Amino acid sequence: MTAASEKAPEKPSEREDLPPVPHGHVRLTIDDRVVDAPQGELLIRTCERLGIVVPRFCDHPLLDPAGACRQCLVEVEMGGRKMPKPQASCTMTVAQDMVVNTQMTSAVADKAQQGVMELLLINHPLDCPICDKGGECPLQNQAMSSGRADSRFVEEKRTFAKPLPISDEVLLDRERCVLCQRCTRFSRQIAGDQFIELLERGAHQQIGTEETAFGEGEDFQSYFSGNTIQICPVGALTSASYRFRSRPFDLVSTPGVSEHDSSGAAVRRDWRRGAVTRVLAGEDPDVNEEWIDDKTRFAFRYAQSATRITRPLVRGDDGELHETSWTDALERAAAALLAARDGTGPAPLDADGEPGEPKRGVGVLPGGRLTIEDAYAYAKFARAALQTNDIDARARAHSGEELDFLAAHVAGTGLGVTYADLESAPAVLTVALEVEEEAPVVFLRLRKAARTGTAVHHLGQWSSPAVVKTGGRLVRTAPGREPEALATLPDDVAAALATPGAVVLVGERAAEVPGLYAAVSDLVGRTGARVAWVPRRAGERGAVDAGALPTLLPGGRPVDDVARAQLASSWGLADENALPATPGRDGGAILRAAAAGELAGLVVGGVELTDLPDPVLARAALREADVVVSLEQVASEVTRYADVVLPVAPVVNKSGTFRNWEGRDRRFATTIDPSGGSSGRVGGTAAITLPDCRVLDTLAVEMDVDLFTQTPEVAAAELGHLGAARPTEIGPVRGPDGSGDVDGTDGSLRLASWRQLLDGGALLIDEPELAGTARPPKIRISTVTARRLGLVEDAVAGLEGPRGSLHLPVELADLPDDVVWAPARVPQAGGGVITLAGLGLTHGGPARLTGGTTDGSAA
Amino acid sequence: MGMFDGIAGFGVTFSTMFRKVVTEDYPRVKKVTAPRYHGRHQLNRHPDGLEKCVGCELCAWACPADAIYVEGGDNTDEERYSPGERYGSIYQINYLRCIGCGLCIEACPTRSLTMTNEYELADDDRQDLIYDKDRLLAPLLPGMEQPPHPMRLGENEQDYYVQGPEMARRPDVQDAVREEIQMTPEASR
Repeated sequence: MTAASEKAPEKPSEREDLPPVPHGHVRLTIDDRVVDAPQGELLIRTCERLGIVVPRFCDHPLLDPAGACRQCLVEVEMGGRKMPKPQASCTMTVAQDMVVNTQMTSAVADKAQQGVMELLLINHPLDCPICDKGGECPLQNQAMSSGRADSRFVEEKRTFAKPLPISDEVLLDRERCVLCQRCTRFSRQIAGDQFIELLERGAHQQIGTEETAFGEGEDFQSYFSGNTIQICPVGALTSASYRFRSRPFDLVSTPGVSEHDSSGAAVRRDWRRGAVTRVLAGEDPDVNEEWIDDKTRFAFRYAQSATRITRPLVRGDDGELHETSWTDALERAAAALLAARDGTGPAPLDADGEPGEPKRGVGVLPGGRLTIEDAYAYAKFARAALQTNDIDARARAHSGEELDFLAAHVAGTGLGVTYADLESAPAVLTVALEVEEEAPVVFLRLRKAARTGTAVHHLGQWSSPAVVKTGGRLVRTAPGREPEALATLPDDVAAALATPGAVVLVGERAAEVPGLYAAVSDLVGRTGARVAWVPRRAGERGAVDAGALPTLLPGGRPVDDVARAQLASSWGLADENALPATPGRDGGAILRAAAAGELAGLVVGGVELTDLPDPVLARAALREADVVVSLEQVASEVTRYADVVLPVAPVVNKSGTFRNWEGRDRRFATTIDPSGGSSGRVGGTAAITLPDCRVLDTLAVEMDVDLFTQTPEVAAAELGHLGAARPTEIGPVRGPDGSGDVDGTDGSLRLASWRQLLDGGALLIDEPELAGTARPPKIRISTVTARRLGLVEDAVAGLEGPRGSLHLPVELADLPDDVVWAPARVPQAGGGVITLAGLGLTHGGPARLTGGTTDGSAA
Repeated sequence: MGMFDGIAGFGVTFSTMFRKVVTEDYPRVKKVTAPRYHGRHQLNRHPDGLEKCVGCELCAWACPADAIYVEGGDNTDEERYSPGERYGSIYQINYLRCIGCGLCIEACPTRSLTMTNEYELADDDRQDLIYDKDRLLAPLLPGMEQPPHPMRLGENEQDYYVQGPEMARRPDVQDAVREEIQMTPEASR
């Protein structure tokens, strides 16, 4: 590529001692070195490839060039003539036979850079010792490398009031800003949230929001605002939650993977003294590039929560939970589970007061946040130790149709549609997936794709921010009518999906609409589009592949004799029929069976009862079950019903793998090892807890079964050894037999809903700043519906369900008539949440609105 | 065997009797150290009692023995410990680790951290040798007020730093650092 030149007067592209210039490349000279660069490459990148560091602030590889800070000035010679002034290398592209001299070889470039640095520092305050950026600040570093030793500026510096909160999470210090516009360009180009902009002129030029400019208005309402903090090259944007928390040189940085969604985003966790102090976006061009959403970035304090469970708890005779030893807790749990499994527990009394049929069997609800290793341990624990297929990791609305769909399109399929495929796809259709709220990193990639020509279509009810920001087209449909909408897609959408490379993204909410998974399956069969399943939670895809579902064994195997025999021999069981032969109950059926007194026990992982489609049923089931064993990080509602609580490690204290929605394995190592590890001193203050797979392994040993999942590594190796074994015959995705359709003939409205990103979920505890950046929950209806009901914008309306009501302000949107949209989960001011499921409401089902001047039930 | 041999054996003994005594009567009489002796640290105060420490952790960064642990805190108008935005909410020096090198003093950007001539740093309990802010902060001199309290000497932290050197020279204003230097016998001599 490069060669040292010895005094070459002729053009380097014509020199005969060098190989010919490759096609699409140009040959130029940088600092006396001849280099070939692809046409259109920015000079600053070519310099980087040569190992020449040109100082810069505004330049960022993932943002469009701006040339705002002027720090990257270099001397450029074209056609034998020097350009009259130094040029910004971040905006100039390479050209044939260009001669570039950076500060390394040009006194002019060096002096120009020093001059720019002196100018940038004129108004920069001398508060590096208290600045959160101090120690990792490009301005600090480059002032040392490219600045003058002292300033000639003796006048008073310009001052602003500081810090200025531009949202609950982001603080702005305008004195420190060098106006590089990275933040505004990120918000405009990447996130599509144009809430911050350059204001004023001259020395008073500053970054601001509508709120800072006019005293009222919108603040920085973006789910991606944290990225601007990370890319700010000075300390102008800082995080409220990390404010003065630590200095970068005192932190240990450990790479990790996001545990908050199915994106598998790479993160970097910075921690000291046993506690994470901040999470930053990691770099992975294949997955999240350099961006993460604010939930991933700012929600990490749950692991240090006061409600963390760190010691095993056993319910005593007094009905209260008491701390006990691991040995005691495991013995009690094992004995109770064995009795429940074999039906040897006390038989319930029937109506006559006589002992009736004993309860038998244990259901397993692992929850959707597990690593694939932990999910595998649950799957194996259910089959081998509890001898049942009654296991379902889907702690949300689910259906048998979904199991068919997962078996046909997801389980054991390996790496399918990738982020890169989204970017190059000609057309994408999202179904039952509100991509910004439910998969923010996928949203960023879709937006990037849309900027380069991908047509993004959304099947939904209204033009939500995600639709608008992806330049998307909304295929509007009434909730519950999605299957018909897919069957009768507009011709151009159907044609776009038939082009090679087109993708259909389907969300987990498709289970809420009977027939929708079947319709998606039918659509991809009809058009040839590729399909990808994008669940919300980090562990859902892994749970499918690990077999934490009632109809799927590990590796996507169906519950048939071949797979059972294969697993039995692989697991070292003597009897090849040792594993249960019939498919198990799904989550809802497990809870119904437990509530009806058929199941004797429940093993529950990280499940929030309010996330379940029927929380009332779940509470009844937990109350009725003879034994409830809970594996939890933080005390939850399940803890209240549990007989034995076994503490498990949060993501930062264990290693493992999240299989993301693409099917990509995102392995991560332990961030903080509190048991000592390499350095007991720094990790020493964190509580010592074990991963789920280890706890289940030990519990199984107490039950005389060996799971061999002592460590995540062993579990992963065994799962990898099993491999995927998809059945040769993929069954059809069976929709509902009859139309379970509710019609709005009684004058009620149809409800549409999905969950918002920040809605008081279990991993969002102890994050007041983050909670403050949540989108305000609102009820949305169309103008026509509002007029009919006598509701106006911002009026408070009540959404009435069979079990209560939810009162929220109204916003008018382009919904179909007689449809009301509300967020599925609304945190309440005094703690606690109201969920639509808890109110007895479902997506596509009937709902009533009150609060208008006319009665909502009247047609 | 000469007659003086018996006495010659005491030669060293007798000659030493007329030299200056090298033994010290410690602890009854404390040894006076050199004025810049590296003794126990002190967190100094502004003349109105506000802490000079801004919790920047540069001392912890400079420390080669990792003896210092600092956590920053956010000053508010209601609860102010130092001028400016930030103060050291936790400040610990572990004297089991400290080697007295003084690099922390050089790193301190506000001259908050200095060393006293106090050298009695021994204890029978390891935990007690981790000094917290309560034992490191300079005592309140006359005219000083226990924080938290508002800034008394100016509008903002700039006033404290710009006027600080001048105030330190004024005899009517108390300054903990100067006080310390004057208390040592060599300095007052």
